[in-house]
Amino acid sequence: MKHIAKIMAFLMAVTAVWISLLQTKMIPQSHTWLLPLYFIVSLGCYGLLMVGVGLMQFPTCPQEAVLLQQDVIEAKQFLKHNGVDVGTD
Amino acid sequence: MAERHKYSIIVPTYNERLNIALIVFLVFKHIPDVDIEIIIVDDGSPDGTQDIVKQLQQVYGDDRILLRARPRKLGLGTAYIHGLKHASGNFVVIMDADLSHHPKYLPHFIKKQMESGADIVTGTRYVRGGGVHGWTLMRKLTSRGANVLAHTLLWPGVSDLTGSFRLYKKSVLEDIISSCVSEGYVFQMEMIVRASRKGYHIEEVPITFVDRVYGSSKLGGSEIVEYLKGLVYLLFTM
Repeated sequence: MKHIAKIMAFLMAVTAVWISLLQTKMIPQSHTWLLPLYFIVSLGCYGLLMVGVGLMQFPTCPQEAVLLQQDVIEAKQFLKHNGVDVGTD
Repeated sequence: MAERHKYSIIVPTYNERLNIALIVFLVFKHIPDVDIEIIIVDDGSPDGTQDIVKQLQQVYGDDRILLRARPRKLGLGTAYIHGLKHASGNFVVIMDADLSHHPKYLPHFIKKQMESGADIVTGTRYVRGGGVHGWTLMRKLTSRGANVLAHTLLWPGVSDLTGSFRLYKKSVLEDIISSCVSEGYVFQMEMIVRASRKGYHIEEVPITFVDRVYGSSKLGGSEIVEYLKGLVYLLFTM
């Protein structure tokens, strides 16, 4: 099944639940009408939270830049020795 | 009986005269005992990249350094397809030519594939053990935002969707690449999402990514628009 179809199916199921909640009046109508809004806002907050957390935990590797420079020096030495033009860049 | 494995490393280049030499050295330094060939798909670089490749062939042999050039910039996807046509290995590695992908991770990719039997091993910058250096806060923010959005919409099953440091079984790459239509990093996303949808076994290894040793890569408004368009395309067609 295409991915979008899965999402649509999920949304339709959620909508069906919402409509049935409206019908059965288990929850006060005023609350039920606002449920989709709560859902969207929660989704938005969750997204922002994930972005924030991810940003804080973003893995960095400053030591890799140093190692890379060492690799570059080693490489240039070998290549120069073997006739490859590593020039001045 | 143990199968003999050969790895074809496809490196598309444009004006990477110095970096390509460094990469070739580092590849042979880190996997000296592995049967490999490096296929350099150069899009008519004006800086003399192809001359350097010919010098490298003198050092490493023209059976292991293959220059398969094209007349001008013709796009990343077609560069891989072009490289694939000349690949004699049963595995294919794709990597960038600007030294953001360090060849020291090649043994990790190979080991992971052999241990797990995966169809695809993809490098991820976003897990512990991996990482990025050289990105501003803004760049990290857009990257993280893009990732969260893509994960929410696509449920891709991999942590780094736009990464382009990957090991494929050759048959798997051939299968996926023929159906991909996007360009640039959306192309990388399309490849991995297609593979995921087709049920291929995908594993990840952490990699570190040092951005653009010589120069700086930009992420402007047009890239963001392209990304969003790509996401929508993938959302509706996968």
